[in-house]
Amino acid sequence: MFLRITISNILLMVFLSGICREIVVSPQEGLISLKQAIEMANHGDTIRVKPGTYECRNLFIEKPLTLIGEKGAVLDGGNESYVLKLLADNITIEGFEINNSGKSYTKDYAAIYVSGTSGFRIIANKIDQSFFGILVEKSRNGLIRDNRVNGNAKREDESGNGIHLWHCDSVKITNNEVSGMRDGIYLEFVSASQVTQNHTHANVRYGLHFMFSSHDDYVGNTFENNGAGVAVMFSKWIRMESNNFIKNWGTASYGLLLKEIYDGEVINNRFEENTMGIYVDGSSRVNYLNNTLKQNGWAIKVSGGCYSNQFSHNNFIGNSFDISYNSRMNDNTFHGNFWSEYTGYDLDKDGKGDIPYRPVKLFSYIVNQTPETIVLLRSLFVDIINFSEKVSPVFTPDDLVDDSPSMKMFL
Amino acid sequence: MIKILKYSFSDLIRSRWSYIYLVFYLILGFSLLFLNNDLSKAIITLMNIIVVLTPMIGTIFGVMYFYNSREFTELLLAQPVRRSRIFLGQYLGISISLALSLTMGLGIPFLIYGIFQSPEIFNFLMLLVSGTFLTFIFVALSINIALFNTNKIKGFGYAILMWLFFAVIYDGLFLISLVVFNDYPLDNLALTASFLNPIDLSRIMILLKLDISALLGYTGALFQKFFGTGTGLLSSIAMLLIWVMIPIFTMVKKSERKDF
Amino acid sequence: MIAVQHIGKSFGKLTVLDDISFEVNNPGIFAVLGPNGSGKTTFLKILLGMVIPETGKMLFDGKDISRSFKYRNKIGYLPQVAQFPDNLTVVEIINMIKNIRQQPAHSEQLISLFGLAKSLDKKLGTLSGGTRQKVNIVLTFMFDNPVIVLDEPTAGLDPVSLIKLKDLIQQEKNAGKIILITSHIMGLVEELADEIIFLLEGQIFFKGTLEDLKSKTGSEDLEHSIATILEP
Repeated sequence: MFLRITISNILLMVFLSGICREIVVSPQEGLISLKQAIEMANHGDTIRVKPGTYECRNLFIEKPLTLIGEKGAVLDGGNESYVLKLLADNITIEGFEINNSGKSYTKDYAAIYVSGTSGFRIIANKIDQSFFGILVEKSRNGLIRDNRVNGNAKREDESGNGIHLWHCDSVKITNNEVSGMRDGIYLEFVSASQVTQNHTHANVRYGLHFMFSSHDDYVGNTFENNGAGVAVMFSKWIRMESNNFIKNWGTASYGLLLKEIYDGEVINNRFEENTMGIYVDGSSRVNYLNNTLKQNGWAIKVSGGCYSNQFSHNNFIGNSFDISYNSRMNDNTFHGNFWSEYTGYDLDKDGKGDIPYRPVKLFSYIVNQTPETIVLLRSLFVDIINFSEKVSPVFTPDDLVDDSPSMKMFL
Repeated sequence: MIKILKYSFSDLIRSRWSYIYLVFYLILGFSLLFLNNDLSKAIITLMNIIVVLTPMIGTIFGVMYFYNSREFTELLLAQPVRRSRIFLGQYLGISISLALSLTMGLGIPFLIYGIFQSPEIFNFLMLLVSGTFLTFIFVALSINIALFNTNKIKGFGYAILMWLFFAVIYDGLFLISLVVFNDYPLDNLALTASFLNPIDLSRIMILLKLDISALLGYTGALFQKFFGTGTGLLSSIAMLLIWVMIPIFTMVKKSERKDF
Repeated sequence: MIAVQHIGKSFGKLTVLDDISFEVNNPGIFAVLGPNGSGKTTFLKILLGMVIPETGKMLFDGKDISRSFKYRNKIGYLPQVAQFPDNLTVVEIINMIKNIRQQPAHSEQLISLFGLAKSLDKKLGTLSGGTRQKVNIVLTFMFDNPVIVLDEPTAGLDPVSLIKLKDLIQQEKNAGKIILITSHIMGLVEELADEIIFLLEGQIFFKGTLEDLKSKTGSEDLEHSIATILEP
């Protein structure tokens, strides 16, 4: 039995490497149907698609093939069901424009649907006007690279996600651009994957949405002007590095939401002009190092039980509130950050301020209780009560101090 | 009116106090910029100072000038000039010279620092505009107080009290009432209350630029509409204008009826 | 020229002028006298439109002066205290008043008469009280006004300037003007006044010539006449 499988595998590999064909599909001459081409093709063949528009509804690909669209090759789903369905291992889809998948409230129609496979590669496609862009289920070892997914979603409930992974592992999502969808990139039960260099903007809900996923990295992405920024929830061992979180404005909107996250790293990111820079809810043992938080409403808002988080060497610049807590409990450490509001001095010239900085202000506590009081921000009266709270903390955690605030901004 | 304005202006810009005021802003501007080296932080600090200081200086200058020039005002009153013109002229003379000290005192350091090349230029202009508004409003209010109080000591006391009220006490009462009535919808109250105090109004006008991220964090639809669109800025400016007009109007009315 | 009709004015509970009526039509020097608080200054200020009477009216050239300001073009006013903006120069204040009144003025004569030429470019704040009073006199007399109001004109003046001022007042009188004057210096009044209006407790106690007053009180000079009135 084992021998037979091995032999057939060897035969297959010989077959693949030896007799791989290239089939050309063109709207003008010869083979004009993509479906027919797929039926004709043997395992490992390449199908080259010439420029033109091809009607393509619910097209199943059930053997390892490489489909390459030349510039101007358009697959049109005609607003019905799925466009492409990738159901076998080692399928490559490259260079297509894919439009008009169906829209449904019950089924997750997508431009490219991948299920139960390994080794899929989705490269440099341009997806427009589809319910979901790229939807991957129960697959592994894939690559999603250089794609552009565009939509014009207005409401959460009638739009799908740009790149959506469910129960996957070891997938690389890199250098894609997603805009105008519900979530830009959505990962649920995904592990050992990398999300790098993507740009998601103007999506209705989240730029990136992470649930129940562990041991993943996301690095070098830019999340801009999405409904509520990036949400990372119920996950462990996540590394978030060198991302930009920009202009996520609105009620309960944030650059980054960490909910029930354990043992993560948030390093070297930039949070600029968000209503909340980072909203930490029930997360523990997360290190926040070398981030820059600039001109956010709340740079960091801490809520629920958060333990043993460490905030070091971050820049806090011109935020309306640096840190906001909803309780007097504190088990997190703030050490050696740069605070633009710090007014202390450094007489021993060691680069560290000689008096500690208290990043939680009484007024942030008041605004938590009565949000309308925000209109009194930066008024003299508020400065006075903040000062008195600083001198003797009553409402804010009295052990929440940065003992050695940096005198210089970190570059 | 223009004649009176011209002479009281040229009197005031030569006064020691105008120079002190100008030099104060020059030093403030230069030290903020060259110690901090960060425009946006300098602007936030300046905002805190301007919304408190310009009303105070406007108030003090207003009453001081009025009481000190009482005899000269009487001489003017005996001239063939309409009363309202005399007071308007003097009022504008004080306000313009103070606003000029502010604009030049801060403008010069920021200009040297290169504000025109910076994206902060709009915030900075906003600062000067609201400082100028506050000067015009508080000079008018203080002249009113002086017109209604012949007793110099009393008038001075009331003027300082008025400044203290608008700068600190009002916000304290405002904050307490918001916290006390926490259970009710407070959008309207919060916005109305800030409109009724020119210092709050100009503070909010600057917040619209500096802290828009935080302001948009609040849920109320009215807030969203007010802060999220141009409505906030436009209605703030309109309201500041009203705040200038009303004390000028009562000043003119009172001056027509007053005995000197 | 000036008709006072039933003028009344009180400040709070204190009645300062109580139903006063009289007319001044002929040129001459009229001294308004009375003890402190008798309403002299208030009366002059009502004429100048600085105080608004509660009852009655004041006619100037036959017209009611209330709510009008143009008539002041015909009145020169020398206030009791000479106080000017500290940082303007003498020449600036002279030009300012000229500028406001838009009337032909002969300031040069007066400037040289009172020796102010060298002070012209000095700031008013640096001048002595006497010099300021001289500036004040220049401002009052440089126009050709039919009515001149002098409120304690001699305050702070040196004897030489005092003589010059008296000459100036005589000249104006001879030019056919109406001059209203208040003063505590009875010698000055005796020397100048053609007629005396004596106010007491808000009313006109006496109006007439100096001679009439003397004969009425049986005293030989003004000072004693007044003392008799006040302490009978």
